[in-house]
Amino acid sequence: MTFLSYLISGISLGSVYAIIALGYTMVYGIAKMLNFAHGDIIMVGGYISFCTTSYLGLSPFISVIFAIIVCTALGVLTEKLAYKPLRSAPSLAVLITAIGVSYFLQNAALLIWGSSPKTFTSVVGSWSVKLFGEQLTISGTALVTVLACFVIMAALTLFTSKTKMGTAMRAVSEDKGAAQLMGINVNTTISVTFAIGSGLAAIAGVLLCSAYPTLMPTTGSMPGIKAFTAAVFGGIGSIPGAMLGGILLGIIEIFAKAYISTQLSDAVVFAVLIVVLIVKPDGLLGKHVNEKV
Amino acid sequence: MKKAAVSVLLAATLCAGLLVGCGSSSGSTASEETAQTETAESTDAAAETTETAEAAETTGEAGGVFKLGGTAPLTGAAAIYGNAVKNGAQIAVDEINAEGGAVQFELNYEDDENDPEKAVSAYNTLKDWGVQLSLGSVTTKPMEATSTENFADRIFALTPSASSTAVTEGKDNVFQMCFADPNQGTASADYIADQQLGTKIAIIYRSDDVYSDGIRQKFEEEAAAKGLEIVYSGAFTDATSNDFTVQLGEANAAGADLLFLPIYYQPASLILQQAKEKGYEFTYFGVDGMDGILTLEGFDTSLAEGVMLLTPFNADAEDERTQSFVQKYQEQFGEVPNQFAADAYDCVYAYKEAIEASGATADMTAEELCDLMIQTFPTLNFDGLTGDGITWDSTGAVSKSPKGMIIEGGKYVGL
Repeated sequence: MTFLSYLISGISLGSVYAIIALGYTMVYGIAKMLNFAHGDIIMVGGYISFCTTSYLGLSPFISVIFAIIVCTALGVLTEKLAYKPLRSAPSLAVLITAIGVSYFLQNAALLIWGSSPKTFTSVVGSWSVKLFGEQLTISGTALVTVLACFVIMAALTLFTSKTKMGTAMRAVSEDKGAAQLMGINVNTTISVTFAIGSGLAAIAGVLLCSAYPTLMPTTGSMPGIKAFTAAVFGGIGSIPGAMLGGILLGIIEIFAKAYISTQLSDAVVFAVLIVVLIVKPDGLLGKHVNEKV
Repeated sequence: MKKAAVSVLLAATLCAGLLVGCGSSSGSTASEETAQTETAESTDAAAETTETAEAAETTGEAGGVFKLGGTAPLTGAAAIYGNAVKNGAQIAVDEINAEGGAVQFELNYEDDENDPEKAVSAYNTLKDWGVQLSLGSVTTKPMEATSTENFADRIFALTPSASSTAVTEGKDNVFQMCFADPNQGTASADYIADQQLGTKIAIIYRSDDVYSDGIRQKFEEEAAAKGLEIVYSGAFTDATSNDFTVQLGEANAAGADLLFLPIYYQPASLILQQAKEKGYEFTYFGVDGMDGILTLEGFDTSLAEGVMLLTPFNADAEDERTQSFVQKYQEQFGEVPNQFAADAYDCVYAYKEAIEASGATADMTAEELCDLMIQTFPTLNFDGLTGDGITWDSTGAVSKSPKGMIIEGGKYVGL
């Protein structure tokens, strides 16, 4: 029974990683850049939701909508101001800029909301499901997170494969220059990608803070790094891969804590990552693309 | 050159201004006097010289106005601690000065923003001001920086709250008013054993934090000596500080009845919440890092119901001194003082006692005072807000008995 209980903890932690990883993988897959500020947009989403429920007294559902709007705007704005001017710059310059944006957002949050941690009230409420005569408890937040994760993954997969914008995104992802020659507006496509990625970050932020309810300016950075790992693990650029990688990462982390050592859990997680990448360099579900000369 | 001259002049005028402000009260300090003799010509306060000179003649008997100074985070993230310390020390200084005894104090706090580099420049500002006895810094990192300066400059320091052992190690003139971190572990184990709070103990600690790990080690040593059984010890790091279900599950499976949490209140709040979700019931026992959990914004205080913690100060204590201190603090600053304020208050009174015991006078240099204090502090037996019979050993570490507190109805109540 403890095994099952840990498995559930692992899945619920993993699905938080997975939602964040979806945003990472979207942006990387299409814009071919690592948006290290993603974790901090998550943090902003958490704060926006916290402020609308705690200070404005609005319902949790509206606060989520509000967070999505603000984060989407923030994502598009950072893309316009920080990344777009660097579109033709070497990828290293964009990467460093992303790290700069990340610090900028953290420090801005420090100025606005202060450094003292705030406790987030779960938007899902505090209900839970008890199974096997109360031996196994699954919190409502965990259920909603896992559910949201699946819904988002399915919606994203449909979006990229069925809609016109989705097709444009895939085209940009494969070859920016050729896509432009075919009449696709690359800049708009990348902006839309950032909008979707940041909207997802808002949802991820709300769910992350619902599951682990302390909110600080650095709240997003560590889950962001873990989610990035998950995205690489699953195959960066692949939507189902991000989901799989996230959930596996959560489960491995919890099991490593439970059965190996609480101190070494991260070392175990990354050891698994290294082994996977040695065997499958493109991640679990990543596609291997041959460079054509 | 010209700039320097202007700043000297400015400083001189400032000193003079200070003197005009307090000069008419009986004893001005010797260092003010020196400052004054240098600047006497340029000021209109020259007439005061004779008076201060008289005050300084009473060598042999303790007295004079001593310049007390410290650096504190008065703004920024740790401002809550810095302001508490400043306010607590200010109340003590006001009380002592109002009594009008031979020993008087002048207090000066400079902002260090909890930054070691800024702390050193704040320290230098205090040195220029002529600080004789230092209250060190409030937080550990800045104190590690300023204590090195204190040691090099031979200015005695008594920090109210910087608790790391690195603060005092190898520095004969740096003393602490708060427990050194590891000692909290020993005190906690003693307290749990003496009060029979639990027999099977689980620990959750943060392994990448010296504060937490240091307390845990001492706790385990003392627990073994006291016959307490530690059934589980689980670590977490900054990178894994979200999910505690495994540690809690293992502690529960090991049959623990008491959960010792030598950590800060923020991860502790997550632990309390996750334990409740899972339906585990433990007695929780924290250290001073737990102090603050009730003021965490948005925190459901009912989760912390029954949490016990060791802290040197309890604002609900019945004794007259504590009550008068709490009342004054509330009147002046509009909130209930925390242990940092009380530690600072005690620091000022400990200085007073040490000065009286050693016969120090305000005309001594900081270095002479430093030697006297180094000799005197280990001989003191000081009663303060944060404990009775407080003593120091020559390393600068304090020995006092901590008070147990329990959270009941969203408030700290003394055990």
